[in-house]
Amino acid sequence: MSVSLPASSPVEATAELGVVQPLATSPVIMHTGSGFGRYWRKVWLIMAKDLRIELRAKEILVVMIAFSALAVIIFGLAFDLRVPRATMVVPGVLWGILLFSGILGLNRSFSAEQDHQTLLALLLAPIDRTALYLGKFLANLLFMLLMAVVLLPMLLFIFDVNLFRFWILAAILLGSIGYVAVGTLFAALTASIRARESMMPILLLPVMAPVFMAGIKVAEQVLDGRDWTDFQNWLGMLVAFDLIFLTAAFLLFDLIWEEM
Amino acid sequence: MSTSTLTATTRPTTQRSSHVGWLILSLLTAITMAALMGAALLYAKPALNLAGDEQMAQRIFYIHIGSVIGCFVAFLMSLIGSIVYLNKRNLDWDRVAQASVEIGIVLGMSTTLAGSIWSKPTWNTYWTWDPRLTTTTITLLIYIAYLLFRNGIDNRYTRARFSSIYALFAFLSVPLTYYSARWFRSIHPIVFNGANPDAQGSFNIGETMSQTLWVATIGYCLLFSTLLIFRWRQLRLQDRIDALREEME
Amino acid sequence: MPPLIRIDNVHKRYAAKPILRGVTLAVAEGEVVALLGANGAGKSTLLRIIAGLMKPDRGEIVLGGVPVQKASVELRRYIGFVSHAPLLYEHLSGLENLTFFASLYDLQNSAARIEAVLQAVDLWRRRHDLVRTYSRGMQQRLAIARAIVHDPPVLLLDEPDTGLDQQSAQMLQSLLHQLSDKRRAILFSTHNLDRALTWSNSVAMLMRGTITYHAPTENVDRHALSQLESQTESAVGVEG
Repeated sequence: MSVSLPASSPVEATAELGVVQPLATSPVIMHTGSGFGRYWRKVWLIMAKDLRIELRAKEILVVMIAFSALAVIIFGLAFDLRVPRATMVVPGVLWGILLFSGILGLNRSFSAEQDHQTLLALLLAPIDRTALYLGKFLANLLFMLLMAVVLLPMLLFIFDVNLFRFWILAAILLGSIGYVAVGTLFAALTASIRARESMMPILLLPVMAPVFMAGIKVAEQVLDGRDWTDFQNWLGMLVAFDLIFLTAAFLLFDLIWEEM
Repeated sequence: MSTSTLTATTRPTTQRSSHVGWLILSLLTAITMAALMGAALLYAKPALNLAGDEQMAQRIFYIHIGSVIGCFVAFLMSLIGSIVYLNKRNLDWDRVAQASVEIGIVLGMSTTLAGSIWSKPTWNTYWTWDPRLTTTTITLLIYIAYLLFRNGIDNRYTRARFSSIYALFAFLSVPLTYYSARWFRSIHPIVFNGANPDAQGSFNIGETMSQTLWVATIGYCLLFSTLLIFRWRQLRLQDRIDALREEME
Repeated sequence: MPPLIRIDNVHKRYAAKPILRGVTLAVAEGEVVALLGANGAGKSTLLRIIAGLMKPDRGEIVLGGVPVQKASVELRRYIGFVSHAPLLYEHLSGLENLTFFASLYDLQNSAARIEAVLQAVDLWRRRHDLVRTYSRGMQQRLAIARAIVHDPPVLLLDEPDTGLDQQSAQMLQSLLHQLSDKRRAILFSTHNLDRALTWSNSVAMLMRGTITYHAPTENVDRHALSQLESQTESAVGVEG
């Protein structure tokens, strides 16, 4: 249903320099009402906006990748010559780095909006708050996966362990979904409090314990050469985690914004 | 003038009777806990398949189990408090949630401590990655984070709302963490001194033992309730003081 | 004709302190109301409640006959809000910012409308530059452009003149004059008495949590008003 709002009536501009031009008669046609397609279009818009800003500002991805590189080197040094086989530690190193550098990206997800108050503009717009959540969720997920894609070759390089195996990648995808689902919500929760950057990991990491354990176990068993039926319970755990927490975040996100 | 001094010295009857109620509850708790001590140390028969230090240390089991039950009840109460707060927006429920988390953390820590004291003579180690111990520890971290989170929010209503949201996530993660911890070690059981720390129990539960366990359960639930009411009242007063202070400024 | 903005006995406490204690105000179509009041009087809070960003503890806001509390997300289409912070993405250009927001409001012929609006605030030539390169005055002008791109009948401005240079302030005045249409209601807060009197056609004062003065600008007794204002400032001075 489209409604055309009346055009602004043109008013003569004064002849002074630097004073406003008349607001020309350009009628505004605004579609009202919402719908499934409209909703997802807005989710897409928000995600695209975050991606475009990241392309220009380069604050999130670069930091995450730099941190992961440092972490790989630090862990490489830490375990060098003490560990008989690198496959013993690499699953732990992989997931440890994923969790810690994920924090860096998630922190920025809402903090920039908070600082420049652009969040207010988003809350004023006629979009469902959940669309805001999903848009941010998708953008954060993309950053996380991109970081993982850069991390795996680095681990191959330093530890000489090939993690490009189907089920390991699947676990990384499922784990990232759960991680970003909870992390995006927690980023929103902590955006307005003091010491927000240190509060985020304290809140997020303990809740992520099941994902952490599942990810490590899947990586271990794939590297040990086991069949997927051996670790299907862990895959189930990841899926259950994703479903439960995505749903919970989706339902609760609205409550955060009652008072701005 | 004289009327104001009159109202200042007399307490309304509802306050007085709830005070009395709490005193009775505290007394009941004290009696039950004392009974528990007696039962755990004296009444319960010693475990027949253990000897010496191990046999003595086994008695901590009753405190250990009691604490963990109290801890679970506490965190369950924090979930209920959070959900009800989000529905009704009555700050009393938020205070219940906060008080429950605080008590839950204390009981959780005492569970871990008791377990640790028990495991040293039994398995010659303070710590194992036993699934229940792992879950308890992670759960404690989650709820300590809850308190830290609350501490960082100044606005009273935002604090209540945000921490209630977090409390829901916290509680949801506990069963997932428990199952993950359980599966984490199931393929490679570690054997310490001949006893498997993942085993459910290495002795038979006799009748005196199960009776003592019941006393422990009741005792710790009473303890939780008493502490909850006490702490809840404290938080209420604290909020009142903060509000008055704000008004004065 | 029912007023476009009706504020009815609105109460709001912030933390424990009551800020709004029964604010009642009606803004009719065509009115440009200057909301005066000292710092901390609650002007920002009131504007945010009208915009639907906050809920009042008591009372209600009715916009165009629709109570804000019961309204769906759709009501936001008819509200434009300007804050003293620009609410803009500094890593996007002026044009990109407006395109983004226009899409969020589901505007159809947005390109033409955006051009008209950017021309009106004299930012058309700088439309491809990133907002972080704009001066404060330019950012505020873009913020106003964003607020009016969807042509809202209800326009709320929270101290829009803060930190503006003379040229931008003049532009803002001219814009407000243009926008004071029969079909629009504008409410802006300021603590600059002069601007309040020249930009508006109606003046209201928020003092101690209520509206203590409301009159058409032409009838305003300037002297009495500035006395009232200095009274509140000395009263509020202790709170800071």
